[in-house]
Amino acid sequence: MAVAMALTAPSLNFGVRSFTRLSRLSQRLFSTAVIRYQQEFTTLEEKPQFPGASAEYVNTLEFIQPNVISGIPVYRVMDRKGHIVNPNEDPKGRISFYMTNYGEEGTHVGSAAAIEMQDLVFGQYREAGVLMWRGYPLDSFMAQCYGNIDDYAHGKQMPVHYGSLEHNFVTISSPLATQIPQAVGAAYAYKRSDIDRAVICYFGEGAASEGDAHAGFNFAATLECPIIFFCRNNGYAISTPTYEQYRGDGIAARGPGYGIRSIRVDGNDVFAVYNATKEARRHAVSENQPMLVEAMTYRIGHHSTSDDSSAYRSVDEVSYWDKQDHPISRLHNFMINQGWWDDAQEKAWRKQSRKMVIETFERAERKLKPSPKLIFTDVYDTAPPSLQKQEEQLKKHVERYAEHYPFDKFERF
Amino acid sequence: KKTQARKPLIILRAGITEGAPRGRAGYPCKTVLCSHFANETLPSTVIFGEDVAFGGVFRCTVGLRDKYGKDRVFNTPLCEQGIVGFAIGSAVAGATSVAEIQFADYIYPAFDQVVNEAAKYRYRSGNLFDCGKMTVRAPWGCVGHGAMYHSQSPEAFFTHCPGVKVVIPRGSLQAKGLLLASIRDQNPCIFFEPKILYRSAVEEVPVGPYEIPLSQAEVLQEGSDLTMVAWGTQVHVLREAANMAQERLGISCEVIDLRTLQPWDTETVCTSVAKTGRLLVSHEAPITSGFAAEITSVVQSECFLNLEAPVERVCGFDTPFPYIFEPFYIPDKWRCFDGIRRLINY
Repeated sequence: MAVAMALTAPSLNFGVRSFTRLSRLSQRLFSTAVIRYQQEFTTLEEKPQFPGASAEYVNTLEFIQPNVISGIPVYRVMDRKGHIVNPNEDPKGRISFYMTNYGEEGTHVGSAAAIEMQDLVFGQYREAGVLMWRGYPLDSFMAQCYGNIDDYAHGKQMPVHYGSLEHNFVTISSPLATQIPQAVGAAYAYKRSDIDRAVICYFGEGAASEGDAHAGFNFAATLECPIIFFCRNNGYAISTPTYEQYRGDGIAARGPGYGIRSIRVDGNDVFAVYNATKEARRHAVSENQPMLVEAMTYRIGHHSTSDDSSAYRSVDEVSYWDKQDHPISRLHNFMINQGWWDDAQEKAWRKQSRKMVIETFERAERKLKPSPKLIFTDVYDTAPPSLQKQEEQLKKHVERYAEHYPFDKFERF
Repeated sequence: KKTQARKPLIILRAGITEGAPRGRAGYPCKTVLCSHFANETLPSTVIFGEDVAFGGVFRCTVGLRDKYGKDRVFNTPLCEQGIVGFAIGSAVAGATSVAEIQFADYIYPAFDQVVNEAAKYRYRSGNLFDCGKMTVRAPWGCVGHGAMYHSQSPEAFFTHCPGVKVVIPRGSLQAKGLLLASIRDQNPCIFFEPKILYRSAVEEVPVGPYEIPLSQAEVLQEGSDLTMVAWGTQVHVLREAANMAQERLGISCEVIDLRTLQPWDTETVCTSVAKTGRLLVSHEAPITSGFAAEITSVVQSECFLNLEAPVERVCGFDTPFPYIFEPFYIPDKWRCFDGIRRLINY
């Protein structure tokens, strides 16, 4: 029941206008030339010879002001009502259906559709749509969330910490931004093995404050890695708004500081995300250069089920994004305008989706949890003697005190 | 005195330059050798870190870039969390990755990547993903003038972390075998290299590749009265103390090099203590929560009825490593000898 839309390869003019503006803007502040080699030392020129920077002399004392020019523009293809703004940008490619990571679905599906299935994905935790796009079954999502016997990770992690070798989606971990330098290392390994394989690394604007983000950007640029950095700037890191997260022009503005080609896109416009990511991938792999895509979006839901965001933001604000600028609504309107969708299909699809999910829930709930002996597996490739001893100790203990442990829910030890 | 170089035994035959003169300063260390072989038999191997390209501040990677190419032997920016994070990702993607941290004292920015990521990669993914192809190397331990930030022995921070292995050699021969074993081991390993031994430990080392098994301690000399356990440089200090004990007290000491601290060879140590009834453990790192505490704890649990005396720990004091006071701070052979005396006289 996927809604398939035929999209051809995007025009290479896609971002020329906005990119030229960025280039001119940057040249006024600093050069964005990617320095691929140490500049040669010569005493002949009246030019600074410092090995650390390629620049001209200036005789007036003037600090570079951040944000003196309006921020990096936001690339989009369709407006909020689903109308294509610039017909030249009308994207043609393949897009399937999308999931609810409330408000950020455009970032997931647009980017996932634009990369290849063999590209390795490092995520943060709010990219379920990427995994769905790649065909990870609902039962597997549910199994991980329930930590039941069908979870590939044997119930070791909290829910939404998905991973799939088959789908080239590296298992999620809770610490933020740790995946960023790792993704760079993986990209370097792919570059060396000379295969058509890129790496895409997702993170939020909050995680981008971590030292690991700085490390990852810098390594990717200096070591020339085929990686797409995809930042979901959704306005909040739990309760912390962007004004308290950074004072510069978001994440896209940092890219040039590292020597990384960067773009800001409307993350709620699935076509813009698709176009930008597709070009980013093409450039990353063909030139072995990192690319930074900052997708502006809004986190409509709470941070998690432990959060009640009414404590730090207004209901009106949330409602605006939900009603006026929702990625699903905009795509929906576009499809309606094209005559590819109608209200009856919408109603039927919603009903069917709901049924699918509820049935998957019920199946997952009924399953047992894995055997407690799995506590001791995969610490190392093989368990050392000390760990085998500890497993024996636990086994004996729970046999003796069995009535105090929830055995009815678990497979046998 | 502890800081005196060990007597050079025989020339290090690196297989690079045969017939080199004896005891030449700055001779490429055993790590070069190990890396050579790692690179030759594992073609995906990459080695990187700060200043690795020109040969490294301890000359451990001299000649590798010319031989194997700049895409395999390269500098990284100055960022330990990046070095280890990058190494993890590279290993996940299938490349054998040897990451150098310039001094163990600077490993802490990478602590999150080691503990929260590397150590848990296999466990949390149900073995779908792992970074077993990663090895982190770092110069370790006192060097005579290193003070707080060039002398540290941080092994205890990592032995407390299930999922990584911690390996420390006592000399060239051991270093080559243990490093190759660590690189080939399918788990993330941290390999600490006693920096004072880079120049002073000169041994005859076989040219071909060989591995020394991890998690196996080695009994260097057998004895009947007392067991002594250490790793790295301190093993040599204990040997000297053992000689002193034999000469002055007529005591026969069994000296054990633990070699791998995590997972460690409890059987060899406990078998020895069951025989001798007395244990002395020694390390430069501060005594509180140092690895000697772990060994002591297991031994008192397994060998309680065999013990003739409480376990003796001869370690660094609970202070940061001081500069000018190094001769007083380190657990030298006199303090170890004194520990032996206390054990015997208990």
